[in-house]
Amino acid sequence: MRARVLIRPKAGILDPQGVAVERALPALGFAGVSGVHVGRLVELDVEDSAQLEPMCEKLLANPLIEDYEVEILDGSG
Amino acid sequence: MKFGVLRFPGSCDEVDALYAARRVGDAELIWHGERDLKGAQAIIVPGGFSYGDYLRAGAIARFSPAMESVIAFAEDGGLVLGICNGFQVLCEAHLLPGALLGNANRRFTFRQVELEVVNADTPFTRACAGGEPLSIPAKHAWGRYYAEDRTLRAMSEAGQVVLRYAGSQNFNGSLDDIAGVCNEAGNVFGLMPHPEHAVDGLTGSTDGLKIFESMRLAIEGVSA
Repeated sequence: MRARVLIRPKAGILDPQGVAVERALPALGFAGVSGVHVGRLVELDVEDSAQLEPMCEKLLANPLIEDYEVEILDGSG
Repeated sequence: MKFGVLRFPGSCDEVDALYAARRVGDAELIWHGERDLKGAQAIIVPGGFSYGDYLRAGAIARFSPAMESVIAFAEDGGLVLGICNGFQVLCEAHLLPGALLGNANRRFTFRQVELEVVNADTPFTRACAGGEPLSIPAKHAWGRYYAEDRTLRAMSEAGQVVLRYAGSQNFNGSLDDIAGVCNEAGNVFGLMPHPEHAVDGLTGSTDGLKIFESMRLAIEGVSA
């Protein structure tokens, strides 16, 4: 099955990428933007969805500094 | 004594680390795919961009065969020094507490930094005096040390904060101005600045040599 893992910097930890993007947007004329955070997206095909959680804990995310969310997409891959 | 210096695809400071180690002892490179640490009495995990720093700096290197051996070596009390990317690898391997995040200044920054030796009673700083200033270059984009509050408090009380950025030198936004930390047992040490780039008068400061000299003293059992 196809799975998607969303990884975000933990709330409360300074996210310099988010700050940089937030500051760039007004320069392009996009006003009123705040709370920008930049994370990562990992998409993968897995045979056993039970492996996703340990994969995230061990490699895909660093739980000390990042939150993650696993989403199962449809089975077609 | 003999140092082993790891080399990953993407390492770039392993040759300087080798040179620095050879100022005080023997040293040999160890390729990331090898499990044999070649009789090294101390291991250096060098700077660079191991495995391209894909995913997170150090996240993939930490699972290499050589690192598996280094983890076992550290758990047996062996001395392990991680510099810059090596520090990131040791944090990812849970040999050291905390993590390294993107610099608060959002830039890759290369500059000489002034450090303060907070704990001179470690195998990595015993050639220094407590409070001694060290001038060592730093060059990184992901060097902002982070750990949870309670971890920071416990580390501070246990003497695990070994080096701090002095005065206004903390350009990367590290919590508590932390530049280098050790584990609870004191045999694993990581720092973001590069002592291996400060061992020869030709390039300026030689303060970095004190880290390697400390390790030699610790291994050879000579007091400073």
